[in-house]
Amino acid sequence: MNEAVRAKSTIITKLKYQLIRIRYRTDILLSLIFIVIFSFLVLFPLVKIIVNSLTYQDYDLRLVRNARLGAFTGYHYIRVFASSLSYSIFIKPFINSLLVGFGVTIVAMILGSLLAWVIVRTDIPWKRFFDSVIVIPYMMPSWVIALAWLIIFKNDRIAGEKGMFSYFFGITPPDWFSYGLFPIIVCLGLHYYSYSYLLISGALKTVNSELEEAGFIAGLKKSTVLRKITFPIVLPALGSSFVLTFTRSMGTFGTPALLGLPVRFFNLPTRIYASINSNNTGDAYVLALVLVVLAGITIYINSRIVGVRKSFVTMAGKGFRNRPNALGVWRYPLAFLIIFFLIIVFLLPLLLLLWDTFLLYPGDYSISNLTTHFWVGKSNFKIASGEPGIFRNPGIWNGVWNSVRLGVLAALINGFLGLFIGYAVVRNRGTRLSKSLEAVSFAPYVFPSIAMGAIYLGMFARPFGPIPALYGTFTLLVLIVVVKNMPFSSRSGISAMLQIDKSLEESAGIQGIPWFKRFRKIIFPLTASGFLSGMILTFITAMRELSLIILLVTPNTRVLTTMIFAYEDQEEIQHANGVTIILITLIVLANFIVRKFFGNKGLTGLKET
Amino acid sequence: MSWIELRKIKKSYSGSPAVRELNLKIEDRQFVTLLGPSGCGKTTTLRVIAGLEEPDSGEIIVDGKILFSREKGIFVPPEKRKLGLIFQSYALWPHMTVRKNISLALEEMHLAREKIDGIIKEVLEKVQLTEYIDRYPSELSGGQQQRVAVARMIAAEPSIFLMDEPLSNLDAMLRVDMRTELKRLHHELGATTVYVTHDQVEALTLSDRIAVMEKGILKQVGTPEEIYKKPADLFVARFVGSPRINSIEGKLVSESGNYFFKKGDIKRKINKKVESIILDLKVNSLIATIRPEDIDVSQREREGWTKADVYSVLPAGSETILSVKKDEIDLSVKVNGFTDIRMNDTVWIYIDPFKMNYYDPRSGKLILDVGLQRK
Ligand SMILES: Nc1ncnc2c1ncn2[C@@H]1O[C@H](COP(=O)(O)OP(=O)(O)OP(=O)(O)O)[C@@H](O)[C@H]1O
Ligand SMILES: [Mg+2]
Repeated sequence: MNEAVRAKSTIITKLKYQLIRIRYRTDILLSLIFIVIFSFLVLFPLVKIIVNSLTYQDYDLRLVRNARLGAFTGYHYIRVFASSLSYSIFIKPFINSLLVGFGVTIVAMILGSLLAWVIVRTDIPWKRFFDSVIVIPYMMPSWVIALAWLIIFKNDRIAGEKGMFSYFFGITPPDWFSYGLFPIIVCLGLHYYSYSYLLISGALKTVNSELEEAGFIAGLKKSTVLRKITFPIVLPALGSSFVLTFTRSMGTFGTPALLGLPVRFFNLPTRIYASINSNNTGDAYVLALVLVVLAGITIYINSRIVGVRKSFVTMAGKGFRNRPNALGVWRYPLAFLIIFFLIIVFLLPLLLLLWDTFLLYPGDYSISNLTTHFWVGKSNFKIASGEPGIFRNPGIWNGVWNSVRLGVLAALINGFLGLFIGYAVVRNRGTRLSKSLEAVSFAPYVFPSIAMGAIYLGMFARPFGPIPALYGTFTLLVLIVVVKNMPFSSRSGISAMLQIDKSLEESAGIQGIPWFKRFRKIIFPLTASGFLSGMILTFITAMRELSLIILLVTPNTRVLTTMIFAYEDQEEIQHANGVTIILITLIVLANFIVRKFFGNKGLTGLKET
Repeated sequence: MSWIELRKIKKSYSGSPAVRELNLKIEDRQFVTLLGPSGCGKTTTLRVIAGLEEPDSGEIIVDGKILFSREKGIFVPPEKRKLGLIFQSYALWPHMTVRKNISLALEEMHLAREKIDGIIKEVLEKVQLTEYIDRYPSELSGGQQQRVAVARMIAAEPSIFLMDEPLSNLDAMLRVDMRTELKRLHHELGATTVYVTHDQVEALTLSDRIAVMEKGILKQVGTPEEIYKKPADLFVARFVGSPRINSIEGKLVSESGNYFFKKGDIKRKINKKVESIILDLKVNSLIATIRPEDIDVSQREREGWTKADVYSVLPAGSETILSVKKDEIDLSVKVNGFTDIRMNDTVWIYIDPFKMNYYDPRSGKLILDVGLQRK
């Protein structure tokens, strides 16, 4: 009896102690709050989608006799994996996704590592310039090159007018060249090379300065140094750029939608999109889970190669303190080749898009066909179903407003959340709490964008707990973009926090300065530059986001990317291209302004992710 | 008025103990040094006092008020402990000027602007940095930064100063100057001070009392003189003093009713009064220690002195350290100034039996203190 009373009172004092102490441990409070919120926003949807995939949905009622809404069933899984429809619903798109994944990864890695080697390891001129502009394509949506491809190589067998190639040379490209797997791989490869470049050049830069020289001093031959020192060190970067490019390109939506859908070439994301559009949510959920599992597997493999942390953050370069390989007579030709490459992947697509907006009828490049109608023209029902020119088009201005709003809001929210999460994780480093917080904030990374869109569509279509039905609201767009970007912003928050010694905050605490003031006066100013570059990254990502939000936008909440996609879908090519130009201009402008006012942080910030 | 008491403080990091059952009482206005080798738990102890670490168990009491007790459900956070702390890295805020570094905490006390300016002026005068008020920390030398850290601490007038190796980042000369200044400052302000260092000279010069730690265990607390002359165990004896104390392991022998410590030619009679203590221990060997300055050396043979060979001669200006060999025993000997003894010379040495300490070879604990007996 006495024992029991004593035991109870020790539990109470223990609890009392924890309560008192936690009041002063803002880091722990923050960790707890964020874990709860993110579990709700990330883990719960996952559970929800699994449940939905295992129960009858509206759409099924028409197909399955005596199906009851919400009753447990393996119907969707059977339909997707083991029915006569499996081939078109799952197997074909799955194979296509794999083909796209491998193809893009190979192209991107060859380009990225060649460029990295030439720019980092040789005496090529204009190194600094190349190193900073080579990642510019990263700022553009991944499907811009696809739009340019359509302008050039479109053929008339599918729909609409012929492309530029056909106009000037009189040869119509075959279907496999204009649409489907081949152009998808080329266009995405020309975009994703920048990821490989960042990872591999980062690794190469760290090798050179320290270890290779040690090898040479120890008297090793050049080839031995390359084989025994350089390669093993670059290997993890190669491995993770393989895995990351593969995951991303496998789950990508924009380019396969633009270049694949016209010939009914589906990969998993476009298949999910098509299923949702036809209201067949059951199929969509099962396929989304397939993507989640695939992404989970590749990330697991990657973490086995390099550890989750490193795979994600490129090691910052330390300048070029190395012995460059002499290129001899090839120095300038190679430099011009790189410039030519940059023109192809960056300048040319933009110029083509711009040119195309001045054509009255697409595909006719004669002088007489030039017009400014698509920029400044009034509504004319004979052209583009009466859509007014871009500058007179309130719909587009609304899209601009929405896109900018989305970008700025997401950047601010992600910026601050990232900082707080970074703080909570770093201050508690090593504890289970800190690890859990890191894990949940990393979790959205596993969700391919389109799958996450599908999940949020299902989750927020109806009121949910304390949250009202968010479908159709702008808030939902902000929410999903913020959550999806959480891994990146918490990552940059963590690395910013690691830069400042904890004694800087502790010395303020000892002096009686309360937490909020410590954060505002000491931690925030000292992490501001990391905070800023993290915000620019989120802004860019949010502005060019398509697959994540395409399932969630409604006419009121349309953003530029979804408008581009819709215009393209309705064969209003000039509008699509014009809006793309506006979008890219906005992104570049924002980046420029931030750089102008806050120092040279804009583009360099890109390298941190 | 500020005394600190640590009761049974235990702290471990992921299972490995950093501090084990530490009991320590620090009197008001005392300057107490935590001394010990790297990794022995000095910083941990200091951070526990400051409230930056929460011990696994034990209690912290300041002025009779419990600041920490898991068992009683009490935790006063660092913000409310009203202490001053100087970090090894100084932890000056790099984006703030000296003025702002000092004023940030003062603003929190809601003092009037003129009052704050007055305090800043006063503390900067105290550390002789008045003309650097608008500099940023990166524009100051290491010594100046250290003094800014001191100024920032004393501005808030805490009654307890905590310092974690505040001088270890300075060069040797500056360190000696700053020692003088810290000692003067403590004398002037009279704040209870806990000072962490691994430098035994620093500890001996600055402290009222020294607490020697090893592997998380408090080995001995005492005045510098006690610590130096009567180290409680072999660890303390060897850690304090430079060059290191000589220790000789020898036999306990009895001859015609007297007991002797014997090692080769060295034979020292053990005082009658403490014979019984040693006999109670039932050991047949002992470890004797003797400080290098307590060994006399002569170039001529003398009655009762022991012959030895000179192995090395290391002059250091004010003193010369000789290393001599007698049979298999190595001994350090300190002589004043320079000497004309050369390597490989033969010398005669005399070990003062009243300055020898005896230790139990099994536990390493001090068992007999002849110096004490003589008093
Ligand atoms: N935050 C921590 N996490 C894990 N282990 C720690 C941590 N802080 C200290 N330790 C461990 O606790 C032990 C005592 O460390 P402490 O910093 O108190 O030593 P110290 O006496 O101050 O040493 P030094 O003279 O090197 O500063 C060490 O073994 C150390 O590795
Ligand atoms: Mg320490």
